[in-house]
This record gives sequence, structure tokens and C-alpha cells, in this order.
Amino acid sequence: MTLRRRLIAVVGAYGFVTLAVVLWAPTVGSTPISLSRVFDRSVPWTDNVDAQIFYVARLPRVLAGALIGSTLAAAGVVLQALLRNPLATPFTLGVSAGAALGAMLAIAWRLDVGALGVSSVPIASFLGSLVAMVIVYGLASSQRRGLSTNVLLLAGVTLNSFFSALILFVQYLADFTESFRTVRWLMGDLDVGSYGPIVAATPFIVAAFVVFSLLPRALNLLTMGEDVAASRGVDVSRAQRWAFLSASLATGAAVSLGGPVGFIGIVVPHLVRLMVGSDHRVVLPAATLFGAAFLVLCDLMARTLMAPVEIPVGIITALIGGPFFLWLLVRQS
Amino acid sequence: MTGNPKDTKNTKFTKFTKETAAHQRPLAAPFHLLIFVLFVLFVPFVSFVFSAQGPRRIISLVPAVTEMLFAIGAGPQVIAVSSYDQDPPEVQQLPRVGALLDPDVERILSMKPDLVVTYGSQADLKQQLDRASIAVFDYRHAGLADITETMRRLGAATGHASRAEETASGIERALGRIRERAGTGPRPRTLLVFGRERGALRNIYASGGRGFLHDMLGVAGGVNVFADVDRESVQVTTEIVLARAPDVILEVRSADIVTEAEAAREARSWAPLASVPAVRNQRVIVLTGKALTVPGPRVAEVAERMFQALHPSK
Repeated sequence: MTLRRRLIAVVGAYGFVTLAVVLWAPTVGSTPISLSRVFDRSVPWTDNVDAQIFYVARLPRVLAGALIGSTLAAAGVVLQALLRNPLATPFTLGVSAGAALGAMLAIAWRLDVGALGVSSVPIASFLGSLVAMVIVYGLASSQRRGLSTNVLLLAGVTLNSFFSALILFVQYLADFTESFRTVRWLMGDLDVGSYGPIVAATPFIVAAFVVFSLLPRALNLLTMGEDVAASRGVDVSRAQRWAFLSASLATGAAVSLGGPVGFIGIVVPHLVRLMVGSDHRVVLPAATLFGAAFLVLCDLMARTLMAPVEIPVGIITALIGGPFFLWLLVRQS
Repeated sequence: MTGNPKDTKNTKFTKFTKETAAHQRPLAAPFHLLIFVLFVLFVPFVSFVFSAQGPRRIISLVPAVTEMLFAIGAGPQVIAVSSYDQDPPEVQQLPRVGALLDPDVERILSMKPDLVVTYGSQADLKQQLDRASIAVFDYRHAGLADITETMRRLGAATGHASRAEETASGIERALGRIRERAGTGPRPRTLLVFGRERGALRNIYASGGRGFLHDMLGVAGGVNVFADVDRESVQVTTEIVLARAPDVILEVRSADIVTEAEAAREARSWAPLASVPAVRNQRVIVLTGKALTVPGPRVAEVAERMFQALHPSK
């Protein structure tokens, strides 16, 4: 059982690193805090600054970072396999552009329809991602039984540029302060402010991960071609549908939570493949764990490097991830 | 037969000259001449008078400067404003010629302005205006002292120097009085927020230690908790707010909050930061109104409102 052993080894190692990062990250920040005071129950909550920094300011951010990082990385793995394209990202199929358009409209129109502790911007962006998902899915499944990955890719890319044009249009017409907020949203921001948005996004992401967990064998065969997969007993069209819908749903939820944090969805899958090989049964859990650790670390830099001024986390992911990836690439070859 | 048509022609001609002569008044020709002469003399006279008063056709692309122009009495000379201008009410009827990023150069040139107020970063527009030999009044947002300084420069440029001086020193005196009243009292450490996502502690933007908002806070007797950050705006995380522990959180929301009920609800969204003195002592104040974030002639009123908010007992 070499696979089982490898899986245990990889998940153990990655899980340990991720757990360490997630536990360590909330203890570090622009303000030194005392951990013993954080967990000291004798100090009343309203007086315990350290506990408030830990629970109100840092923990939601770290949790959001872990959730978004793992979601985008896993969705990237699934979509790269589904489209058999190493350049695919969770943002390739128009879902994130739909989410961005929703957010832009909510900001520009100053929508104010918060629900369940979530403000209007995340809600609008999630709805936008669903609209994009339905359009792309409808187009890709209209031609024949099953999904046409070609149409999927082309429809997604086209919808992306169409929505991007609408986004630019909305930004251009918006008031100046709103324009800046929309631009800032596009850089990604994990400072979600409270647990409400995280709790709201979690069910969708968990549902998607349940589907992801059933996919790896089919993804392994799909990367060899649809005919090969079909001849080995994979219900190709069903696997493709589930892969697309789950990855899109997860991406929509993640983007509505933290904005389109770039780079993770494309580079983390490749990084992980360079380290553990290309078997999706190992790559998927490894990317999930590594994505979480990677984004939490990037956000840690975002909130500390220039404190009290914050660096948008999307800038850090690309600045750190790019050179790291290139280094791995050169070393491997 | 041959002479007849000639005769008729002649008679017609004489008839015509007789008729026209009968309609002419004897003094008409000299009267027209007089009007013409007066007109010829009057045109340079009029243009001389107006050129002494400065430009007659001003276009302002900066809302804050538009307000200043109206405040110093140059309002009637303003012929067009930017897309974002709202105040004073007189500008509602004026044509719009684009704004900071999208000035409509053709429209501006076609209106034949003799002075255009531009923002510091509009380099292309300034070059185009220069090529068309149109004077430019260049402006950039800066500190509080620069506002009255700009008004004086505007007065000199538009022929309203004395009225500008009057208005500017009036504002300075009003600010001085507020500073004096605040001088003796306590100076609460204040977080001055000018933008935030509605109903959430996300995307909080606060004034850094530079710019007119920071200066106004100082006049109103507050100490900016971000005085050490040499920027006009800082994006603030909840951690930083908890760490800096301001005594007062003062929000100036000029764009998105309108009603008192909305303002009260927005103030409540700080509740999770219970250890912050401002939250604990219920000193989160949300001010609303369009003038709040305009570095224009209403700064003294805004500083007064800030003072009232920071020192409710006075």
C-alpha cells in the first residue's frame, strides 16, 4: 500500500506545517500581545485588550486566510485537471469576474442589505459568482450531453473579459472614493472584520470539499483524456459536471469572502505537484493544506511588514509566490 | 413701340427712388454713424474694465475650488464646473465638463474660458490649455492653512482680492476661536475615520498625520492617533484600532450615510472592539453631511462640529 503510506506521510507533514502556521499566526502581529493574558478568564472581556486583539482582530483573519487559501488551491487543482490545462485557475472560468462585478455594483450603488452578520458586498459578490457559473455551465452543456471542456474554457474566458469590461465601466462611472474602494477590493483583503462572513461562506466550501473528496480518481483519468477515462469506467460527463460546479461554488464563496486573491489558485497546485508528484489523490489534500498555510503566511506579512499601514495581500502572494515557484521550477529541471 | 418699354422702365425707376426717398428720415444716416462710433469706442472700454477685474469665463474642475470661487464673489464668472460639483446650489445649473480623470477638453476649449482651475495631476490637460493660451490655476489638496492661502491666490487671479482676503481671514479667525476654546480643555486621542464598509469593521480608512482633516482635528482639540503616520490616509485593521485605543472615534461620512438613524446604526458597528475607550465610554460619533470632507470655505463650520463632538460639555 504505497499510496496509503505516501498519503499519510504527505498529509502528516503538510498538516503539521499548516497547523503550526495557523496556530502561530494569530500570536504575531503589529502589536505584541501576551498569550497568558489572552486566555486569562479573570480579566473581564471589555478590559482585555490582548484577548480582543486575538479573538476580534487576528483569529477571523487567520481563519479566513486558511479557508480561502485551501479553497482556491484545491479549486485550482480540480480545474487544471478538468480543463487539462496547466494555466487554468479558479478565476479562469468567469466565476471570480462575476463575483467581482457583484461586489463592484454593491460598492458603487452603496447597497445596504446586510443579512446574518454579512454586509452587502460579500452577498452581492457571491450572487455574481453564481450568475457567472450558471451562464458558463448553460453554455458548456447546451451543445451535447456532458460538458464540453473547450466550450467551458472559451465561454469562461470570454465571460471573464466581458465582466471585466463591465467592471471597468462601473468603476469609471462610480464616485471617486467608491472607485478606490472597488480597486482595493480587487487586490484581496482578508480583514473580514468578524466571524459572520466566515460562517456564511463555510457551508458552501464544505459542500464543495465533500465533492472534491470523491473526485481524485476521476481527475487522474481525465487528465489522460476523456476517452481513456470513459474506457476505465469513469462517468465522464457526471465527473465533469460535479468538478465544475463544486470548484465554481467554492471559488465564489472564497472570493466573496476575501476578494480575488491572486496567484494561489495557479501556483500552489504546481508547487505541490513539484513536491509530491501528480497523483490527484495526494495532490488534492496536499494543495488544500499548503494553500491554507501559504495564504496565512502571506497575510501575516501583509499586516506586519509596513504596520500600521497594511499591504494588500494579493500583492504579497504574487511577490512571494512568483520567485518561489520559479526557483522550484529551475531546480527541478 | 420701341420707346414704350424704356418709358415704363424709367417711370418705374423714378417711382422707386421717389418712394425710398420719401421713407428716409433726414437724420437717420448720422444717427447710425453715431451708434457705430460709440460702439467702436465702447468695446475696448468694456474689455478694459473687465480685464481689470480679471477673467470673466472661469471653468473649475475641482469642487473644493468651485466653492472657494463662489465664497470670494467670483461665482458669476464661473461658466462650467466638474461632474462632481454639488455646492453651492448655484452650480446645479452650470454645464459639466468632466472631472479629474476625464476632463472634456473639446468642450472646455469650445466654451472659450479665460481661466481654468485644474488639479495638480492633470498634466496633459494643462499642456493642452497652455497650447490654447488659456490661463490655468493649478491646485492640489494640502493642509488646512493652504485652504485660505488658495482663496487669497484665487482672489488675486480673479479680481476679487479684497473680498477673498475678507473671507479668508474670516475663516482663519473662526478657526482661531475654535482653537482657543479647545486650548484649555482635555485633548482626547481620536481616531478620525472617513470611510468604512457599511455595517462592518472592514475597509476602514482613517486620517494619517497629514492633510486638512488631520489639521482640523488638531484645531478642534483632538489628538490624532495616527499622527505618526506621514500619509493622508491609512487603511486600518481592527488590531491597530485595539492597540491604539482611541478615546474618541470620530467618523466623517460625507458620501454614504445620510440619516441620523443610519449614523446611529453605523456607530454601533464598533461594538465588538469593547476594550477601546471610545467604545466603552460610548464616544463613537458619526458626523454626516456633504461638506465634511471638502477642503473648501466651510472648513470652519466642520471644525466647529468636530469641536462639539469632541467636547460635548462645552
